[in-house]
Amino acid sequence: MKALIALEDGTIFEGESFTGRGEAIGEMVFNTSMSGYQEILTDPSYTGQIVTMTYPLIGNYGVNSEDMESAAVHPKAFLVKEYNAIPSNFRSEQTLAQFLDRYGVLGIEGFDTRALVRHIRTVGALKAIVSTEDLDKESLVARAKAWVGLVGQNMVRKVTCDQPYGWADNRPVPGTGFSTVQSGMNNPLKVVALDCGIKYNQLRIMTEKGCQVQVVPATTDAQAILAMEPDGVFLSNGPGDPDGIEGVVETVQALLGKTPIFGICLGHQILGLAYGGSTYKVKFGHRGGNQPVKDLATGHVEITSQNHGFSVDPDSLDKEVIEVTHINLNDGSLEGMRHRLYPAFSVQYHPEHAPGPHDSLYLFDRFIEMMRSEKA
Amino acid sequence: MPKRTDIHKILIIGSGPIIISQACEFDYSGAQAVKALKEEGYEVVLINSNPATIMTDPELADRTYIEPITPEMVTKVIEKERPDALLPTLGGQTALNTAIKLAESGVLDKYNVEMLAAKVDVIRKAEGREEFRAAMRAIGLKVPESAIVHTLEDAMAAGDAIGFPVIVRPSFTLGGTGGGVAYNRQELETMSSCGLDLSMTTEIMVERSLLGWKEFELEVMRDCKDNVVIICSIENMDAMGVHTGDSITVAPAQTLTDREYQEMRDAAIAIIREIGVETGGSNVQFAVNPQDGELMIIEMNPRVSRSSALASKATGFPIAKIAAKLAVGFTLDEIKNDITRETYASFEPTIDYCVVKIPRFTFEKFPEAEDVLSTAMKSVGETMAIGRTFKEAFQKAMRSLETGRAGFGADGKKSLDHLELFELETGLRVPSSKRVSYLHEALRRGMTVEHIHNLTQIDPWFLRNLEQIVALEQEIRQQDLRGMGRDFLKKCKQYGFSDTQLAFLTGTSVNDVRMLRKQLGIVPVYKLVDTCAAEFESYTPYYYSTYEQENEASRSERKKVMILGGGPNRIGQGIEFDYCCVHAAFALAEIGVESIMVNSNPETVSTDYDTSDKLYFEPLTLEDVMNIIDLEKPDGVIVQFGGQTPLNLAVALAEAGVPIIGTSPDSIDRAEDRKRFQEFLQKLHLRQPNNDTVYTLAEALSAAAQIGYPVVVRPSYVLGGRDMRIVYSEQGIREFMAKPGMADNKHPVLIDKFLEDAIEVDVDAICDGRKTIIGGIMEHIEEAGIHSGDSSCVLPPHTLSPQLIEEIKQATRAMAEELGVIGLMNVQYAVKDEDLYILEVNPRASRTVPFVSKATGVPLAKMATKVMMGMTLEQLGLSTEVTIKHWAVKEAVFPFDRFKNVDTLLGPEMKSTGEVMGIDDNLGLALAKAQLAAGVTLPVSGAVFLSVRDGDKKGILEAARQLVEMKFTLLATKGTASYLAQHDVPCDQVNKISEGRPHILDKLQDKQVAWVVNTSLGRRTTEDSYRIRRAALELRIPYTTTSSGAVSVVLAMQALRKSSLGVQPIQYFI
Repeated sequence: MKALIALEDGTIFEGESFTGRGEAIGEMVFNTSMSGYQEILTDPSYTGQIVTMTYPLIGNYGVNSEDMESAAVHPKAFLVKEYNAIPSNFRSEQTLAQFLDRYGVLGIEGFDTRALVRHIRTVGALKAIVSTEDLDKESLVARAKAWVGLVGQNMVRKVTCDQPYGWADNRPVPGTGFSTVQSGMNNPLKVVALDCGIKYNQLRIMTEKGCQVQVVPATTDAQAILAMEPDGVFLSNGPGDPDGIEGVVETVQALLGKTPIFGICLGHQILGLAYGGSTYKVKFGHRGGNQPVKDLATGHVEITSQNHGFSVDPDSLDKEVIEVTHINLNDGSLEGMRHRLYPAFSVQYHPEHAPGPHDSLYLFDRFIEMMRSEKA
Repeated sequence: MPKRTDIHKILIIGSGPIIISQACEFDYSGAQAVKALKEEGYEVVLINSNPATIMTDPELADRTYIEPITPEMVTKVIEKERPDALLPTLGGQTALNTAIKLAESGVLDKYNVEMLAAKVDVIRKAEGREEFRAAMRAIGLKVPESAIVHTLEDAMAAGDAIGFPVIVRPSFTLGGTGGGVAYNRQELETMSSCGLDLSMTTEIMVERSLLGWKEFELEVMRDCKDNVVIICSIENMDAMGVHTGDSITVAPAQTLTDREYQEMRDAAIAIIREIGVETGGSNVQFAVNPQDGELMIIEMNPRVSRSSALASKATGFPIAKIAAKLAVGFTLDEIKNDITRETYASFEPTIDYCVVKIPRFTFEKFPEAEDVLSTAMKSVGETMAIGRTFKEAFQKAMRSLETGRAGFGADGKKSLDHLELFELETGLRVPSSKRVSYLHEALRRGMTVEHIHNLTQIDPWFLRNLEQIVALEQEIRQQDLRGMGRDFLKKCKQYGFSDTQLAFLTGTSVNDVRMLRKQLGIVPVYKLVDTCAAEFESYTPYYYSTYEQENEASRSERKKVMILGGGPNRIGQGIEFDYCCVHAAFALAEIGVESIMVNSNPETVSTDYDTSDKLYFEPLTLEDVMNIIDLEKPDGVIVQFGGQTPLNLAVALAEAGVPIIGTSPDSIDRAEDRKRFQEFLQKLHLRQPNNDTVYTLAEALSAAAQIGYPVVVRPSYVLGGRDMRIVYSEQGIREFMAKPGMADNKHPVLIDKFLEDAIEVDVDAICDGRKTIIGGIMEHIEEAGIHSGDSSCVLPPHTLSPQLIEEIKQATRAMAEELGVIGLMNVQYAVKDEDLYILEVNPRASRTVPFVSKATGVPLAKMATKVMMGMTLEQLGLSTEVTIKHWAVKEAVFPFDRFKNVDTLLGPEMKSTGEVMGIDDNLGLALAKAQLAAGVTLPVSGAVFLSVRDGDKKGILEAARQLVEMKFTLLATKGTASYLAQHDVPCDQVNKISEGRPHILDKLQDKQVAWVVNTSLGRRTTEDSYRIRRAALELRIPYTTTSSGAVSVVLAMQALRKSSLGVQPIQYFI
């Protein structure tokens, strides 16, 4: 079925839907990972976005129940060069089209995705609309323009959990106050994870490393968190503009110095704001699994998984208080920082990978060490 | 960490001659390394015996030793040069093994030479089967169950314990030589004894067979600060059991989820760390159980490899160049990515296209060999194609292969519809060079993917994609070309269908399809290979075609010339032609003209993005080349450097109005067309052997009788003497004409008088249209009748009289001028009884151009390029012929040990894969060096076995005397023995095989013979002499199959008695 992809600047591409009829509006971004489409689709950080994969052959290995990063598909639409309808992999349980269809997400194929990527690279992320219903180009462009966009919006509200839950036996289990217990765990560290759009692998890894994790809605205040007597607080990734989120920065400010804090991606940006810094929108973001990040302390380079459209402005930070620990080797942007006085650190990238390289898992160990030493 | 300043001079070991499993990819990596180290200010010393390489160009390294790569000779280079360090990881297995020996013998310690990139214990840990397996287990990775054995008994016991089939893998051998799959005890016995013999350490591994598992490879790089990145993942379409060099492979991996891919990535990183490769690239091979994803480690190469060359071309990331820089202390985050300029080498390339590599085989050259693929590599070359989808890349690769196919079937060629079902199923089950055709036929017949998968073990993902191609083929058949809509035609092109296939399927002409395409605006766009999937702007114009919306290639305003490359390596067309194409690009750069390279061979220097100004990685078919020409509108196109591939396009290109520069296509035709050539020679009063052109058996018989036996017969327009035979009787003519396609009335067969015992001479010359300069005159050692590519030759001529040399020069000049040659010309002469005959004139670059250039120091290909651009030889400073005072000997290298049951006898059909050069002030020593470089260690004592045909007896007599003088004992069969006795040469008689035991084979088996001289008439005459030659080959006893070859070997032996071999850089000679 014919589908049109229209960008707010008037650029139009013509593709085919592989999921039937539909329409979606969102911010057009691209991801350069060659594998991991299922993890990308289930990453809540893509809320409000239309994702184009640069790798042209997608669907090859189907979809399985183990590689979910949340309970749902988050992008508004998913754009690929060629959809491969018949998957081949021993873990495959359904096709990508079936999966998208179940979550009502539009899948488009059959157009020059590289041309689209080059365009975004040149002009930056754009508002876009994808439709099989409205094939009038002018109308589409006008509607894309009219869309409110992501800047200043509170997208976290859409993805944070309604009810607290814990993580046990490789799945979310409803419960509050660390009532959910992972079997076989002995004297675990207690971590409260503030869910701004958390990815399951963050929970899987912390649990594997011996933490008991209590996930709480992003609206939970500092007092309530501290009342749970956690050994540390984890700030998750999440969608949209950190400036648009209400309340979380204040919560984090109130937690600073009272408990160890580890932030990832949006969690890192929130920490940046909590430190008194500012964030800015990156031209077209970093989305992929090959971003080189240098650990300034060791000089070691790790290949990281990334997905962000906003970034912390290093110049806005008080260097007396905040130390830049990691930078991006491609564009020199801020990738990691730590508080010099309080036990708090964060990275812009995704040490929990899924998808992407496992180079940065040591950061979870660092968090655990931090909690241990604070406890002692 | 910045580069090291404690080392100044670095020795690089090359990989030697082109052989199966070690081809021009190591020239690519070596040349990159030399350039990279020079760029950093190091003094670079190079040793490589292969003159046809770019890396041995005299201006590249500071000192270049074109000397045999043996531990002894490298030791001499070390003694003389006293390098601070040795870089052993860029010259394939040859360099690695040589380096190990140098370390073990204490040479490196003695001269205080540091091994860079990988220390000797690291290499041992990676290459030694036992050490490697222990290391893998130590880091929790699985390896297939196996046993390392050193004796035949233990091998048999291991086979019984593990259960058949088992894989036999000899340690420290190349491309799996000597290994294979043994399905039963008997096969295991044969394979084990052979493998034990071939292994440097008399060690083989008997391993559980993982036949049918999926095979993957990762290319890994590490720097001295322990930063590790993966450059590329590769998935083999052929399942485990087929050597990866013989498999169709695809980049990146297609059927792995991220979780499985990352598990593999973690393993690769853990392996490179555990093995301890300090810096540089490694290749890790994995097997994955398709049922449950179980991962096993197959092997790791602690060096750059064929796969790393492929990965470099597939991603745009120059692995060898970076490896060289890492070896001298740089870290990945200090090296800029050439392509993006902004970013660094410490990242992992991501690609937004699909790459397909297909190996090229040469079973037609070895009809006795079985066309079955196994764990020992047999392919001689490969082609790579890039497309936006697997389907497009696969079809492009099929036509890039240049085996006459226009894509994945659908071209009306080599139909398999006559096959019975069981034959088809067998063709699918047994991996062979033809399996792709069987796949097409099976899909065309509607065989299910499941069934094909069960037979082939090829992953269903690939089969489904191939099925889609065939389904579209069926759809096209239903269509009328004129009624084809734009969208449908575009879809066909996006599926990779060539115009030729579309014309065949719609019953129209290629021209019709092309016209319609252009009318509808369906022309390819060109996209960049940029390492980053367009995330960053890129600056290296490395393109591939696809049918999409946006074109990224743009025409510059500069004067521009397009160079058409040689495509995949094959016997008869290999690195020598790539060398010429590369020189053309260099020459154009020197005169400020933009060079545009078109080629499809990932192993080459020509497809390095910094060789030319623009690189199009495309099939060398008329359609694909014309598409680029339409876009680039070059001022000239060079077709005379890439061998037969571009030459075959010359006429069609000229007809399309493309400006072919240099010698005109008409002149090329005048030299290639039999009739026109005859008239041409008559005009110049030059002599050629009596000959005729025939179409039928009757004509052939009468022509042969007229000319007089023996005669040479061959089809016209052939490469490397394909199907050429020397025929001694009417029966031979009948056999030849009965071959398929010979007497079909369409393709002429050429019959020439065969000049027995004539001396053959090769001449390379350069002409600017007015003046001709002889580049080199090479006298063949083997007599006429042996293909020139297989002959060894001496430059300058060692037995020809000055008068004859003058006559050769005059004839060459006359022909060049009459033909209007602008550029290079090669002439093959035969001298019989002081009479000069013209055998062949080729107004183009020949296989010997690099050899001549290295021997004389005159860069012929570069000069020819400039001549083609309108410069005169005088302007180029080449007004007189160069005479040299040293001797250069070229020796050919053969792949006989790779093919069972193949005779080692030489003939008019070319069989060698590569060449070496021996260069010295003394002819005998130059001959000895050439032998040594080709892998033959000449004996200094022992018994020499002589068994020669009657015609050779006289020729061998003097050599026999000299052998006796050198205290060799002679062994001979009856005829030869009595001839020698008659001439008072003492010799022991030995039984022929048919004369009862103990016979010569027993002597060979017992290693009582140091050298075998066995000449025979024509093709595989008697079973006896064939078995002698084959035994010599398998037992690795030096052997010679021509009397003239034997004489030259004796000359070399004599020289070796007088003085030992010395080493001199090429810069000393020229």
